[in-house]
Amino acid sequence: MKLDDLLQHSSEWLKGTGPYSDIVISSRVRLARNLNNIPFPHRMNKKQAREVLDTVRLAVEKVDFLKNSLFLELQQLDNLDKQFLIERHLISYEHARPDNQRGLVLEENEVISIMVNEEDHLRMQVMQSGFNLQEALNIINQIDDSLSQHLDFAFSPDWGYLTSCPTNTGTGLRGSVMLHLPALVMTRQINRVLSAIAKLSFTTRGLYGEGTEASGNFFQVSNQVSLGHNEEEIISNLNALIKQVVEQEEQTRQHLLTHQRVMLEDKIWRSFGILKSAFVISSQETIELLSMLRLGVDLKIIKGVDRSVINRLFLITQPAHLQKLENKRLSSQERDTKRAEIIRKTLESVG
Amino acid sequence: MLCDLCGKNQATVHLTEIIDNQITELHLCEECARAKSMEMEQQFGLADLLAGLAEFGKGVEEVESSKIKCPNCGLSYDEFKKIGKLGCSQCYNAFRRYLSSLLKKIHGSNKHVGKFPMKVASGLDKEKKPLLEELRQKLQRAIEREEFEEAAKIRDQIRELEKKQNKDETG
Repeated sequence: MKLDDLLQHSSEWLKGTGPYSDIVISSRVRLARNLNNIPFPHRMNKKQAREVLDTVRLAVEKVDFLKNSLFLELQQLDNLDKQFLIERHLISYEHARPDNQRGLVLEENEVISIMVNEEDHLRMQVMQSGFNLQEALNIINQIDDSLSQHLDFAFSPDWGYLTSCPTNTGTGLRGSVMLHLPALVMTRQINRVLSAIAKLSFTTRGLYGEGTEASGNFFQVSNQVSLGHNEEEIISNLNALIKQVVEQEEQTRQHLLTHQRVMLEDKIWRSFGILKSAFVISSQETIELLSMLRLGVDLKIIKGVDRSVINRLFLITQPAHLQKLENKRLSSQERDTKRAEIIRKTLESVG
Repeated sequence: MLCDLCGKNQATVHLTEIIDNQITELHLCEECARAKSMEMEQQFGLADLLAGLAEFGKGVEEVESSKIKCPNCGLSYDEFKKIGKLGCSQCYNAFRRYLSSLLKKIHGSNKHVGKFPMKVASGLDKEKKPLLEELRQKLQRAIEREEFEEAAKIRDQIRELEKKQNKDETG
Protein backbone atom coordinates (compact mmCIF):
# COMPACT_ATOMS: atom_id res chain seq x y z
CA MET A 1 0.00 0.00 0.00
CA LYS A 2 1.17 3.53 -0.78
CA LEU A 3 0.00 6.80 0.70
CA ASP A 4 -1.65 7.88 -2.55
CA ASP A 5 -3.80 4.73 -2.58
CA LEU A 6 -5.78 6.29 0.25
CA LEU A 7 -7.04 8.95 -2.13
CA GLN A 8 -9.13 6.41 -4.02
CA HIS A 9 -11.32 5.42 -1.12
CA SER A 10 -12.99 7.14 1.79
CA SER A 11 -11.78 6.55 5.30
CA GLU A 12 -13.55 3.71 7.09
CA TRP A 13 -15.05 6.10 9.62
CA LEU A 14 -16.77 8.11 6.88
CA LYS A 15 -18.90 5.19 5.73
CA GLY A 16 -21.90 6.91 7.29
CA THR A 17 -23.09 3.68 8.87
CA GLY A 18 -23.23 2.35 12.41
CA PRO A 19 -25.46 3.13 15.37
CA TYR A 20 -26.95 6.65 15.46
CA SER A 21 -25.06 7.59 12.32
CA ASP A 22 -27.60 10.33 11.60
CA ILE A 23 -26.11 12.32 14.48
CA VAL A 24 -22.85 10.60 15.40
CA ILE A 25 -20.29 10.80 12.60
CA SER A 26 -17.54 8.74 14.17
CA SER A 27 -16.15 7.31 17.39
CA ARG A 28 -12.48 7.28 18.25
CA VAL A 29 -10.42 5.82 21.08
CA ARG A 30 -6.77 6.60 21.60
CA LEU A 31 -4.14 5.30 24.00
CA ALA A 32 -0.96 7.13 24.97
CA ARG A 33 2.05 4.90 25.62
CA ASN A 34 5.74 5.53 26.19
CA LEU A 35 8.87 3.44 26.28
CA ASN A 36 10.59 3.08 29.60
CA ASN A 37 13.49 5.42 30.41
CA ILE A 38 13.82 7.00 26.96
CA PRO A 39 13.06 10.75 27.23
CA PHE A 40 9.61 11.77 26.01
CA PRO A 41 9.53 13.22 22.45
CA HIS A 42 9.86 16.88 23.49
CA ARG A 43 13.10 16.07 25.36
CA MET A 44 14.80 13.53 23.15
CA ASN A 45 17.77 13.88 20.84
CA LYS A 46 17.92 12.61 17.25
CA LYS A 47 19.51 9.34 18.20
CA GLN A 48 16.82 8.56 20.76
CA ALA A 49 14.07 9.55 18.33
CA ARG A 50 15.55 7.16 15.78
CA GLU A 51 15.76 4.43 18.41
CA VAL A 52 12.06 4.81 19.21
CA LEU A 53 11.07 4.77 15.55
CA ASP A 54 13.09 1.60 14.90
CA THR A 55 11.93 -0.16 18.06
CA VAL A 56 8.28 0.56 17.31
CA ARG A 57 8.69 -0.49 13.69
CA LEU A 58 10.12 -3.85 14.74
CA ALA A 59 7.32 -4.41 17.24
CA VAL A 60 4.65 -3.47 14.70
CA GLU A 61 6.01 -6.04 12.24
CA LYS A 62 5.39 -8.75 14.82
CA VAL A 63 1.72 -7.87 15.31
CA ASP A 64 -0.74 -9.74 13.12
CA PHE A 65 -3.30 -6.93 13.01
CA LEU A 66 -0.75 -4.57 11.56
CA LYS A 67 0.79 -6.93 9.03
CA ASN A 68 -0.45 -4.93 6.04
CA SER A 69 0.16 -1.56 7.54
CA LEU A 70 2.21 1.27 6.16
CA PHE A 71 5.09 2.73 8.17
CA LEU A 72 5.64 6.35 7.18
CA GLU A 73 8.41 8.64 8.31
CA LEU A 74 6.98 12.12 8.41
CA GLN A 75 10.32 13.72 7.50
CA GLN A 76 10.13 12.08 4.11
CA LEU A 77 6.72 13.56 3.33
CA ASP A 78 6.12 16.98 1.85
CA ASN A 79 3.75 19.47 3.41
CA LEU A 80 0.92 18.51 1.08
CA ASP A 81 1.05 14.87 2.19
CA LYS A 82 1.13 15.92 5.82
CA GLN A 83 -1.89 18.19 5.31
CA PHE A 84 -3.59 15.28 3.54
CA LEU A 85 -3.06 13.09 6.62
CA ILE A 86 -4.41 15.81 8.91
CA GLU A 87 -7.53 16.14 6.77
CA ARG A 88 -8.07 12.38 7.15
CA HIS A 89 -7.66 12.67 10.95
CA LEU A 90 -4.66 10.35 10.85
CA ILE A 91 -2.20 12.79 12.35
CA SER A 92 -2.48 15.91 14.50
CA TYR A 93 -1.26 19.39 13.60
CA GLU A 94 1.51 18.92 16.12
CA HIS A 95 2.65 15.75 14.39
CA ALA A 96 3.07 17.62 11.10
CA ARG A 97 5.71 19.92 12.59
CA PRO A 98 9.18 19.32 11.13
CA ASP A 99 11.06 19.63 14.45
CA ASN A 100 11.51 15.94 15.17
CA GLN A 101 11.76 12.49 13.65
CA ARG A 102 8.18 11.34 13.68
CA GLY A 103 6.45 8.27 12.32
CA LEU A 104 3.00 7.01 11.42
CA VAL A 105 1.78 3.43 11.35
CA LEU A 106 -1.26 3.17 9.15
CA GLU A 107 -3.46 0.12 8.76
CA GLU A 108 -4.95 -0.15 5.28
CA ASN A 109 -8.57 0.57 6.20
CA GLU A 110 -7.47 3.57 8.26
CA VAL A 111 -9.22 2.07 11.27
CA ILE A 112 -5.97 1.72 13.19
CA SER A 113 -3.18 4.26 13.20
CA ILE A 114 -0.26 4.96 15.50
CA MET A 115 1.57 8.25 15.69
CA VAL A 116 5.16 7.69 16.78
CA ASN A 117 6.98 10.51 18.62
CA GLU A 118 4.06 12.88 18.86
CA GLU A 119 3.51 14.15 22.42
CA ASP A 120 4.13 10.59 23.60
CA HIS A 121 6.23 7.86 22.00
CA LEU A 122 3.08 6.10 20.84
CA ARG A 123 -0.38 7.49 20.27
CA MET A 124 -2.54 4.65 18.99
CA GLN A 125 -5.98 5.39 17.65
CA VAL A 126 -8.93 3.37 16.43
CA MET A 127 -11.72 5.03 14.46
CA GLN A 128 -15.22 3.66 13.90
CA SER A 129 -18.12 4.97 11.87
CA GLY A 130 -21.17 6.00 13.92
CA PHE A 131 -21.61 5.61 17.67
CA ASN A 132 -19.34 2.69 18.42
CA LEU A 133 -16.91 3.47 21.23
CA GLN A 134 -17.07 0.00 22.70
CA GLU A 135 -15.91 -1.67 19.49
CA ALA A 136 -13.12 0.90 19.14
CA LEU A 137 -12.04 0.10 22.71
CA ASN A 138 -12.05 -3.65 22.01
CA ILE A 139 -9.85 -3.24 18.96
CA ILE A 140 -7.39 -0.88 20.59
CA ASN A 141 -7.08 -3.15 23.63
CA GLN A 142 -6.01 -6.02 21.40
CA ILE A 143 -3.42 -3.90 19.64
CA ASP A 144 -2.13 -2.54 22.92
CA ASP A 145 -1.86 -6.06 24.36
CA SER A 146 -0.01 -7.34 21.32
CA LEU A 147 2.40 -4.42 21.22
CA SER A 148 3.01 -4.61 24.97
CA GLN A 149 4.55 -8.04 24.49
CA HIS A 150 7.24 -6.56 22.29
CA LEU A 151 7.64 -3.13 23.83
CA ASP A 152 8.61 -2.12 27.34
CA PHE A 153 5.90 0.40 28.21
CA ALA A 154 6.50 2.95 30.95
CA PHE A 155 4.11 1.92 33.70
CA SER A 156 3.72 2.26 37.45
CA PRO A 157 1.29 0.06 39.42
CA ASP A 158 0.13 3.16 41.33
CA TRP A 159 -0.23 5.61 38.49
CA GLY A 160 -0.66 3.42 35.46
CA TYR A 161 0.80 4.34 32.09
CA LEU A 162 3.24 7.23 32.41
CA THR A 163 2.73 9.96 29.86
CA SER A 164 4.46 13.16 28.87
CA CYS A 165 1.61 15.32 30.16
CA PRO A 166 0.12 14.43 33.57
CA THR A 167 -3.36 15.03 32.15
CA ASN A 168 -3.05 11.68 30.31
CA THR A 169 -1.47 9.62 33.08
CA GLY A 170 -3.21 6.43 34.15
CA THR A 171 -5.11 4.71 31.39
CA GLY A 172 -3.70 7.09 28.76
CA LEU A 173 -7.13 6.75 27.23
CA ARG A 174 -9.17 9.34 25.44
CA GLY A 175 -12.47 8.47 23.84
CA SER A 176 -13.94 11.03 21.43
CA VAL A 177 -17.14 11.18 19.51
CA MET A 178 -17.75 13.45 16.53
CA LEU A 179 -21.29 14.81 16.64
CA HIS A 180 -23.35 16.67 14.08
CA LEU A 181 -25.70 18.96 16.01
CA PRO A 182 -27.34 21.36 13.54
CA ALA A 183 -30.71 21.53 15.32
CA LEU A 184 -29.17 22.44 18.68
CA VAL A 185 -27.11 25.14 16.95
CA MET A 186 -30.08 26.50 14.98
CA THR A 187 -32.24 26.78 18.08
CA ARG A 188 -29.36 28.37 20.04
CA GLN A 189 -29.39 25.64 22.66
CA ILE A 190 -25.89 24.48 21.88
CA ASN A 191 -24.12 26.65 24.48
CA ARG A 192 -26.30 25.26 27.22
CA VAL A 193 -25.42 21.73 26.12
CA LEU A 194 -21.70 22.49 25.79
CA SER A 195 -21.47 24.07 29.22
CA ALA A 196 -23.26 21.08 30.75
CA ILE A 197 -20.68 18.83 29.07
CA ALA A 198 -17.84 20.93 30.50
CA LYS A 199 -19.31 20.76 34.01
CA LEU A 200 -19.18 16.97 33.86
CA SER A 201 -15.44 17.20 33.07
CA PHE A 202 -15.71 16.30 29.44
CA THR A 203 -14.33 18.58 26.73
CA THR A 204 -15.61 19.78 23.40
CA ARG A 205 -13.36 20.52 20.45
CA GLY A 206 -13.68 21.31 16.78
CA LEU A 207 -13.32 19.07 13.74
CA TYR A 208 -9.56 18.61 13.93
CA GLY A 209 -9.06 18.15 17.64
CA GLU A 210 -7.18 20.19 20.17
CA GLY A 211 -7.18 23.93 19.62
CA THR A 212 -9.54 23.93 16.64
CA GLU A 213 -12.88 25.69 16.45
CA ALA A 214 -16.16 23.98 15.91
CA SER A 215 -17.44 24.59 12.41
CA GLY A 216 -20.43 23.50 10.36
CA ASN A 217 -22.23 22.23 13.45
CA PHE A 218 -19.62 19.55 14.15
CA PHE A 219 -18.41 18.96 17.69
CA GLN A 220 -15.95 16.50 19.13
CA VAL A 221 -16.68 15.44 22.71
CA SER A 222 -14.11 13.55 24.79
CA ASN A 223 -13.29 12.54 28.35
CA GLN A 224 -10.77 14.55 30.33
CA VAL A 225 -10.04 12.28 33.26
CA SER A 226 -7.76 9.30 32.62
CA LEU A 227 -6.84 8.20 36.15
CA GLY A 228 -8.98 6.66 38.89
CA HIS A 229 -11.42 4.97 36.52
CA ASN A 230 -10.76 1.94 34.41
CA GLU A 231 -11.04 1.93 30.63
CA GLU A 232 -14.56 0.48 30.56
CA GLU A 233 -15.85 3.04 33.06
CA ILE A 234 -14.39 5.94 31.12
CA ILE A 235 -15.98 4.73 27.92
CA SER A 236 -19.34 3.93 29.48
CA ASN A 237 -19.47 7.36 31.15
CA LEU A 238 -18.77 8.99 27.82
CA ASN A 239 -21.34 6.72 26.19
CA ALA A 240 -24.01 7.78 28.67
CA LEU A 241 -23.24 11.44 28.11
CA ILE A 242 -23.29 11.14 24.33
CA LYS A 243 -26.62 9.31 24.44
CA GLN A 244 -28.15 12.28 26.20
CA VAL A 245 -26.73 14.78 23.75
CA VAL A 246 -27.96 12.64 20.85
CA GLU A 247 -31.41 12.51 22.40
CA GLN A 248 -31.50 16.30 22.78
CA GLU A 249 -30.51 16.77 19.15
CA GLU A 250 -33.12 14.24 18.06
CA GLN A 251 -35.90 15.94 20.03
CA THR A 252 -34.91 19.34 18.72
CA ARG A 253 -34.93 18.03 15.14
CA GLN A 254 -38.44 16.67 15.71
CA HIS A 255 -39.50 19.97 17.24
CA LEU A 256 -38.25 21.86 14.19
CA LEU A 257 -40.02 19.42 11.86
CA THR A 258 -43.32 19.92 13.62
CA HIS A 259 -43.22 23.61 14.42
CA GLN A 260 -40.88 25.22 11.90
CA ARG A 261 -40.97 22.88 8.96
CA VAL A 262 -41.09 25.57 6.29
CA MET A 263 -38.11 27.45 7.70
CA LEU A 264 -36.21 24.17 7.99
CA GLU A 265 -37.00 22.96 4.47
CA ASP A 266 -36.14 26.37 3.08
CA LYS A 267 -32.70 26.30 4.70
CA ILE A 268 -32.02 22.76 3.50
CA TRP A 269 -33.21 23.20 -0.09
CA ARG A 270 -31.37 26.53 -0.45
CA SER A 271 -28.16 24.85 0.71
CA PHE A 272 -28.70 22.00 -1.74
CA GLY A 273 -29.39 24.56 -4.46
CA ILE A 274 -26.15 26.46 -3.88
CA LEU A 275 -24.09 23.27 -3.73
CA LYS A 276 -25.60 22.11 -7.04
CA SER A 277 -25.11 25.39 -8.87
CA ALA A 278 -22.11 27.25 -7.43
CA PHE A 279 -19.01 27.85 -9.55
CA VAL A 280 -16.85 29.21 -6.74
CA ILE A 281 -17.09 28.00 -3.14
CA SER A 282 -14.82 28.26 -0.07
CA SER A 283 -14.15 25.32 2.22
CA GLN A 284 -15.91 27.04 5.12
CA GLU A 285 -19.08 27.59 3.07
CA THR A 286 -18.86 24.00 1.83
CA ILE A 287 -18.81 22.62 5.37
CA GLU A 288 -21.79 24.75 6.36
CA LEU A 289 -23.87 23.84 3.31
CA LEU A 290 -22.97 20.15 3.41
CA SER A 291 -24.00 20.17 7.06
CA MET A 292 -27.49 21.36 5.99
CA LEU A 293 -27.62 18.84 3.14
CA ARG A 294 -26.76 16.09 5.58
CA LEU A 295 -29.54 17.21 7.89
CA GLY A 296 -31.94 17.13 4.93
CA VAL A 297 -30.92 13.56 4.15
CA ASP A 298 -31.11 12.50 7.81
CA LEU A 299 -34.65 13.90 8.06
CA LYS A 300 -35.60 12.36 4.69
CA ILE A 301 -36.46 15.78 3.32
CA ILE A 302 -33.94 15.12 0.55
CA LYS A 303 -34.03 11.67 -0.93
CA GLY A 304 -31.66 9.98 -3.32
CA VAL A 305 -28.44 11.25 -1.79
CA ASP A 306 -26.51 8.73 0.24
CA ARG A 307 -24.86 9.79 3.48
CA SER A 308 -21.58 8.26 2.34
CA VAL A 309 -21.63 10.56 -0.73
CA ILE A 310 -21.89 13.62 1.52
CA ASN A 311 -19.17 12.28 3.79
CA ARG A 312 -16.88 11.75 0.82
CA LEU A 313 -17.55 15.33 -0.32
CA PHE A 314 -16.57 16.58 3.13
CA LEU A 315 -13.31 14.71 2.74
CA ILE A 316 -12.25 15.42 -0.82
CA THR A 317 -13.17 19.11 -0.89
CA GLN A 318 -10.48 19.88 1.65
CA PRO A 319 -7.42 21.75 0.30
CA ALA A 320 -4.83 18.95 0.32
CA HIS A 321 -7.31 16.40 -1.06
CA LEU A 322 -8.24 18.70 -3.95
CA GLN A 323 -4.60 19.17 -4.85
CA LYS A 324 -3.81 15.46 -4.62
CA LEU A 325 -6.80 14.70 -6.85
CA GLU A 326 -5.65 17.26 -9.41
CA ASN A 327 -2.08 16.16 -8.94
CA LYS A 328 -0.82 19.74 -8.84
CA ARG A 329 -0.55 22.78 -6.60
CA LEU A 330 -3.65 24.98 -6.67
CA SER A 331 -3.97 28.53 -5.44
CA SER A 332 -6.76 29.34 -3.06
CA GLN A 333 -8.93 30.72 -5.91
CA GLU A 334 -8.23 27.70 -8.11
CA ARG A 335 -9.24 25.44 -5.25
CA ASP A 336 -12.53 27.27 -4.74
CA THR A 337 -13.36 26.74 -8.41
CA LYS A 338 -12.25 23.11 -8.44
CA ARG A 339 -14.18 22.44 -5.26
CA ALA A 340 -17.40 23.83 -6.71
CA GLU A 341 -16.90 21.74 -9.85
CA ILE A 342 -16.46 18.47 -7.94
CA ILE A 343 -19.53 19.16 -5.80
CA ARG A 344 -21.66 20.08 -8.84
CA LYS A 345 -20.64 16.95 -10.71
CA THR A 346 -21.23 14.71 -7.71
CA LEU A 347 -24.69 16.10 -7.00
CA GLU A 348 -25.77 16.49 -10.66
CA SER A 349 -27.07 12.96 -10.93
CA VAL A 350 -29.21 13.13 -7.79
CA GLY A 351 -32.19 15.13 -6.46
CA MET B 1 -14.49 21.77 59.30
CA LEU B 2 -14.08 25.43 58.37
CA CYS B 3 -11.15 27.00 56.58
CA ASP B 4 -8.35 28.18 58.92
CA LEU B 5 -7.80 31.33 56.88
CA CYS B 6 -11.22 32.73 56.06
CA GLY B 7 -13.24 30.78 58.58
CA LYS B 8 -16.20 30.86 56.20
CA ASN B 9 -16.02 27.98 53.75
CA GLN B 10 -15.63 24.24 54.22
CA ALA B 11 -11.97 23.22 54.30
CA THR B 12 -11.22 20.76 51.54
CA VAL B 13 -7.44 21.07 51.31
CA HIS B 14 -5.60 19.58 54.29
CA LEU B 15 -1.91 20.15 54.81
CA THR B 16 0.45 18.72 57.37
CA GLU B 17 3.69 20.51 58.11
CA ILE B 18 6.53 19.13 60.19
CA ILE B 19 8.82 21.82 61.58
CA ASP B 20 11.29 21.02 64.39
CA ASN B 21 9.50 17.75 65.04
CA GLN B 22 6.26 19.63 65.61
CA ILE B 23 3.34 18.61 63.48
CA THR B 24 1.11 21.48 62.44
CA GLU B 25 -1.98 21.02 60.40
CA LEU B 26 -3.58 23.57 58.14
CA HIS B 27 -7.08 23.23 56.73
CA LEU B 28 -8.04 25.48 53.86
CA CYS B 29 -10.98 25.96 51.55
CA GLU B 30 -10.44 25.65 47.81
CA GLU B 31 -10.49 29.41 47.36
CA CYS B 32 -7.93 30.28 50.04
CA ALA B 33 -5.69 27.44 48.96
CA ARG B 34 -5.76 28.76 45.42
CA ALA B 35 -5.15 32.34 46.57
CA LYS B 36 -2.27 31.12 48.68
CA SER B 37 -0.76 29.25 45.79
CA MET B 38 -1.14 32.27 43.54
CA GLU B 39 0.90 34.34 45.97
CA MET B 40 3.69 31.91 45.45
CA GLU B 41 3.32 31.51 41.71
CA GLN B 42 3.66 34.64 39.64
CA GLN B 43 2.51 33.20 36.34
CA PHE B 44 -0.33 30.77 36.58
CA GLY B 45 -1.04 28.40 33.78
CA LEU B 46 -3.00 25.33 34.73
CA ALA B 47 0.16 23.41 35.50
CA ASP B 48 1.52 26.27 37.59
CA LEU B 49 -1.65 26.59 39.56
CA LEU B 50 -1.77 22.91 40.33
CA ALA B 51 1.93 22.65 40.98
CA GLY B 52 1.66 25.66 43.29
CA LEU B 53 -1.03 23.87 45.23
CA ALA B 54 1.11 20.79 45.45
CA GLU B 55 3.98 22.80 46.83
CA PHE B 56 2.22 24.98 49.34
CA GLY B 57 2.46 24.00 52.99
CA LYS B 58 5.69 22.10 52.71
CA GLY B 59 8.63 23.10 54.87
CA VAL B 60 11.42 25.27 53.55
CA GLU B 61 13.57 22.24 52.97
CA GLU B 62 11.00 20.70 50.72
CA VAL B 63 10.41 23.86 48.73
CA GLU B 64 14.11 23.93 47.99
CA SER B 65 13.96 20.34 46.93
CA SER B 66 11.69 21.45 44.10
CA LYS B 67 15.07 22.10 42.51
CA ILE B 68 15.50 18.33 42.37
CA LYS B 69 16.31 16.92 38.99
CA CYS B 70 15.35 13.68 37.37
CA PRO B 71 18.47 11.50 37.44
CA ASN B 72 17.58 9.97 34.07
CA CYS B 73 16.76 12.94 31.82
CA GLY B 74 17.89 15.92 33.90
CA LEU B 75 14.55 17.75 33.95
CA SER B 76 14.10 19.82 37.11
CA TYR B 77 10.78 20.18 38.88
CA ASP B 78 10.87 23.92 38.19
CA GLU B 79 11.23 23.26 34.47
CA PHE B 80 8.34 20.82 34.63
CA LYS B 81 6.18 23.51 36.18
CA LYS B 82 7.03 25.86 33.36
CA ILE B 83 6.34 23.50 30.45
CA GLY B 84 3.73 21.27 32.08
CA LYS B 85 5.29 18.14 30.62
CA LEU B 86 7.45 15.49 32.27
CA GLY B 87 10.77 14.57 30.64
CA CYS B 88 10.73 10.78 30.87
CA SER B 89 9.17 7.90 32.79
CA GLN B 90 11.74 8.28 35.58
CA CYS B 91 10.54 11.83 36.30
CA TYR B 92 7.45 10.30 37.89
CA ASN B 93 9.72 8.72 40.49
CA ALA B 94 11.93 11.74 40.99
CA PHE B 95 8.98 14.10 41.56
CA ARG B 96 6.82 11.48 43.22
CA ARG B 97 5.66 13.41 46.26
CA TYR B 98 4.70 16.49 44.22
CA LEU B 99 3.03 14.59 41.45
CA SER B 100 0.88 12.58 43.80
CA SER B 101 -1.22 15.57 44.79
CA LEU B 102 -1.02 17.13 41.34
CA LEU B 103 -2.52 14.02 39.76
CA LYS B 104 -5.24 14.05 42.36
CA LYS B 105 -6.03 17.67 41.50
CA ILE B 106 -6.23 16.91 37.79
CA HIS B 107 -8.08 13.61 37.85
CA GLY B 108 -9.78 13.59 41.25
CA SER B 109 -7.78 10.47 42.04
CA ASN B 110 -4.18 9.35 42.11
CA LYS B 111 -4.77 5.63 41.96
CA HIS B 112 -4.66 3.72 38.69
CA VAL B 113 -7.42 1.15 38.45
CA GLY B 114 -7.20 0.42 34.73
CA LYS B 115 -5.34 -2.21 32.79
CA PHE B 116 -1.77 -3.38 33.33
CA PRO B 117 0.67 -4.24 30.55
CA MET B 118 0.50 -8.00 30.07
CA LYS B 119 4.12 -8.49 31.07
CA VAL B 120 3.62 -6.62 34.33
CA ALA B 121 0.28 -8.28 35.11
CA SER B 122 1.65 -11.80 34.69
CA GLY B 123 4.74 -11.03 36.79
CA LEU B 124 2.71 -9.55 39.60
CA ASP B 125 1.90 -12.74 41.50
CA LYS B 126 5.54 -13.61 41.82
CA GLU B 127 6.44 -10.15 42.99
CA LYS B 128 3.74 -9.71 45.58
CA LYS B 129 5.61 -10.95 48.64
CA PRO B 130 8.86 -9.00 48.02
CA LEU B 131 6.78 -5.89 47.30
CA LEU B 132 5.12 -6.23 50.70
CA GLU B 133 8.50 -6.65 52.34
CA GLU B 134 9.81 -3.57 50.59
CA LEU B 135 6.80 -1.54 51.68
CA ARG B 136 7.29 -2.57 55.31
CA GLN B 137 10.88 -1.38 55.20
CA LYS B 138 9.78 1.86 53.57
CA LEU B 139 7.23 2.34 56.35
CA GLN B 140 9.90 1.82 58.99
CA ARG B 141 12.15 4.39 57.34
CA ALA B 142 9.34 6.90 57.01
CA ILE B 143 8.50 6.56 60.71
CA GLU B 144 12.15 7.04 61.62
CA ARG B 145 12.21 10.21 59.56
CA GLU B 146 8.92 11.23 61.19
CA GLU B 147 7.27 11.67 57.80
CA PHE B 148 3.91 10.64 59.10
CA GLU B 149 1.86 11.64 56.12
CA GLU B 150 4.02 9.46 53.90
CA ALA B 151 3.95 6.69 56.51
CA ALA B 152 0.17 6.68 56.61
CA LYS B 153 0.06 6.27 52.84
CA ILE B 154 2.46 3.33 52.92
CA ARG B 155 0.45 1.75 55.74
CA ASP B 156 -2.68 1.94 53.59
CA GLN B 157 -0.85 0.38 50.66
CA ILE B 158 0.29 -2.49 52.87
CA ARG B 159 -3.22 -3.08 54.17
CA GLU B 160 -4.63 -3.11 50.68
CA LEU B 161 -2.00 -5.52 49.46
CA GLU B 162 -2.52 -7.84 52.43
CA LYS B 163 -6.25 -7.80 51.87
CA LYS B 164 -5.74 -8.73 48.23
CA GLN B 165 -3.37 -11.55 49.10
CA ASN B 166 -5.70 -12.98 51.72
CA LYS B 167 -8.50 -12.93 49.21
CA ASP B 168 -6.34 -14.66 46.61
CA GLU B 169 -5.22 -17.32 49.06
CA THR B 170 -8.66 -18.09 50.47
CA GLY B 171 -10.45 -17.74 47.15
